[in-house]
This record gives sequence, structure tokens and C-alpha cells, in this order.
Amino acid sequence: MKRVFLGTLLAGLLASSAAYADSVDVAVAANFTKVAEELAVRFKTETGHDLVLSFGATGQLYTQITQGAPFEILLAADDERPTRAVKDGFGVDGSVFTYAIGTLALYSTSLVVGDGEAVLKGPFDKLAIADPEAAPYGKAAVQTLKAMGIYDMVAPRLVTGENISQTLQFVESGNAELGFVAVSQVMGKDSVWLVPSGFHEPIRQDAVLLKTGQANPAATAFIDFLKSDKAVAVIKAAGYAVD
Amino acid sequence: MSLVEIWQPVSLTLSLAAINTLILLLAGTPIALWLARSQSRYREMVGALVSMPLVLPPTVLGFYLLLALGPNGPGGWIAGLWGGRTLAFSFTGLVIGSFFYSLPFMIQPLRNAFAAIGNEPLEAASSLGASNWQRFWRVVLPLARPGYITGAVMTFAHTVGEFGVVLMIGGNIPGQTKVIAIALYDYVERLQWGHAHLLALGMVIFAFVVIAVTLIVDRRLNTPMP
Repeated sequence: MKRVFLGTLLAGLLASSAAYADSVDVAVAANFTKVAEELAVRFKTETGHDLVLSFGATGQLYTQITQGAPFEILLAADDERPTRAVKDGFGVDGSVFTYAIGTLALYSTSLVVGDGEAVLKGPFDKLAIADPEAAPYGKAAVQTLKAMGIYDMVAPRLVTGENISQTLQFVESGNAELGFVAVSQVMGKDSVWLVPSGFHEPIRQDAVLLKTGQANPAATAFIDFLKSDKAVAVIKAAGYAVD
Repeated sequence: MSLVEIWQPVSLTLSLAAINTLILLLAGTPIALWLARSQSRYREMVGALVSMPLVLPPTVLGFYLLLALGPNGPGGWIAGLWGGRTLAFSFTGLVIGSFFYSLPFMIQPLRNAFAAIGNEPLEAASSLGASNWQRFWRVVLPLARPGYITGAVMTFAHTVGEFGVVLMIGGNIPGQTKVIAIALYDYVERLQWGHAHLLALGMVIFAFVVIAVTLIVDRRLNTPMP
């Protein structure tokens, strides 16, 4: 009797895991939130597979992956963590590729940022950046301030968002006048200054297939989809460059 | 690993908790007294309002506080008095947030202590010619001592353990708004687990000591004198 019950239970578990096989758990760097949501819709119509998206700072997501988070793909905001994922045994060897190259932008809802460098050297109360240790856009922001030679001057006025979404929120809510965010977050907004690429290392955003997703056809399908012309067009339209 | 780096959030958290406890001791007393003694029909409404932080997710409080402290809220107006734009991302902002967040932890024990005193001791004091102030200082305060101790310890401990509200209104500024819980979160996200262990273990010991002390004090005070 007991055995029959266990057998049914096992069969049930197997069946339910099979039913989940056409969905993919993807960890997405916060700057790519909007684009990932749009890609999810298109991926669904194209293949019928569902994307289950989790957003966060790249460092945050990577920590979760090292602790067994059930993500099958990581869309990072840097080219460091995906490579490290492979080295540390979480990522599939040879699956790392650059899906987007990000642009840093200075954004404000209260100041006019025609010339960002001048605004940064002028008076303001708070400048929001993403956590430079966990979020690549935060790191690029710090590099930019250092390249301008004003980091020490601005440092006491920095507020740090846990990820690039919270950084944008700090500016949108008006609590910080200025913020370094991703261009994709502020497409179509007025007071945006694109940071010239010479001020910081390029923000190469790499994707990696994780070992948990290796056997999931939907996961590999999404990797292929991400490289397709259709997906690239969406990514470019959102303000990213692609190799 | 630098101890200075660890000490900064610790000392910041301790001063936030100390200031918040002090403010709540002062502000909580009249509120709790009113809740314990008033016959008003709004009494339970106010009681419920004060207790809401027990049930609400910190994010609800954080969201409203962020707007209230910001340039378009009263906080922005207050900050404007000394030329600032917002009370968010400041130590003052954290004190305001902690006040609301910890309110029930001070009010509940005080209210219970005041209610337990009952009418007799106060009436006896009145019949002996005591003024309202004298009744408060000489009767209510000594009799409510266990409530004050529990309230102060719980408020202090709860402020030390605050995370969600600070995450939303703090802006993670070292020495100003980066409290222990936020620092710990950051260390974990950055995979600096040595630092994380130090802070986490410290908090575990702290929590144990706080609860043990509360229980012991509670027992001593409730045991009748021989």
C-alpha cells in the first residue's frame, strides 16, 4: 500500500516537472528589466515557452546562484560574473556571450543636464548611483566621477541604490536631483545626458546558460532567441549597442 | 578585514536605537497613558492605528515615508528650513522612520503596565492630597517600571534589527544611514562573508542577551518582595 502511494507520488512529481519544462527561470540584471519583459512576450508568441524573470543587481543575483537559486540563465550587467559562473562550475562552458552593451546616463527630474560634467561640478544635494560593488552601472558611475576628477568632491553627496532600479526610483521620487542610470531606463525622458564612453570601461553585458538549464530545451531556445535578429532589434531600440 | 569598517555601522545603529528609544519613552508615555485610562470611544481606533506597524510590511511604511520625507512631502518642507531638499537619506529621516516603525513596541508594554495599576492607588494618592504631577511621578512611574523596562528594551532591540524601512529610505550612506542590517546585506551580496559572519554572529548574541535580560528582569520584578 505504502509503495503504491510512493509510486503515485513519484509519478506525480515527474509529471509536474515535465509540465514545467516549457518555462525558463531567468535572472536579469535590473537595468534590463523593461527589455526582458518585452522579450518575454515575444519569446512566448514565437515559441510558446514562458520566461519567469527575477530582477536584481548582478552581484546579488550571482550570490543567489552560488547558493543554489533555481535560475537557468543569467543575464548579467557585466562580463565578469558570467565568466566567473563558468569558472566556479555554475555556468555551461562556452555559453557566455555579450547580449548588449550598455550606456550610462546622467538623469534628473529637477535639473537641466545639458552638459552633465558641468552639472556634476555645480551645486546639488544628492547624486544617486547603484551599489558600485554589486551593480556594474554603479561601478561605471564611480569610474566616470573619478575620470572627471570630482569623485572625492562628490562622494559625501552620493546615495546608493541596491540596484539600478532603486537608483532610478531615488531620482523619480525627487529625493535625489541627479542619478547615474542606464540609458534604457530613461529613453524618451527630457533631462538626460549620455556619458561619453571614454569616461568608463565599456559596460559589456554578458549572458550565460547555467547548468540547471542545460537540459531544458526552453532555456537553450531562449539563448538562441536572444541572438536572433528580432531580439537584437528590440535590444537596440531600447538604447543598447550590440556587437 | 578592517574593524573600523565594521564598527561604523555598529555605532551608527546603536546611536539610532538609543535616540529612538529616548524619543519613544517621552512621546509614548502620554499616548499609552491616554490609551490605558481614557473612556473615549475612539480609544481602540487610536490603539489600532498605533499597533499597525506590527502587521504592515516594512515596505508599506517605507513607501509612504519615502514620499512624506521627499521634496514634495512635509519632510522636504522641513529640510528646506536649513536649505536641504529631502529628509530621506539622512540620519534624521531614519529617526523619523524608526519612530513610527517601533511605536507599538513601546506603547503596548506601557499601556499594559498603566492599565494594570488600576484606579485604587491613584484614588488613594488623591485622597492624601497628591497633585496630578505627584501622582504621576510617585505612583504611576514606579508601578509601571516593568512596562518601561520592557518597552525600552524591545524598542531598542527592534530598532537595531530594522531593515526594510531603512533599505527604502536610507540610500545606504556610510556613517549616516548604513545600519548593521544593511551593511550585512551588502556584505552578503558582495560575497564578503567574513564580514557578514562577524555582523550576523554579533546580532545573534545581541538578540539572545536582550531576550534573556528581558525575561530575567520580568521575573525579578514580578516576584513579590520577601
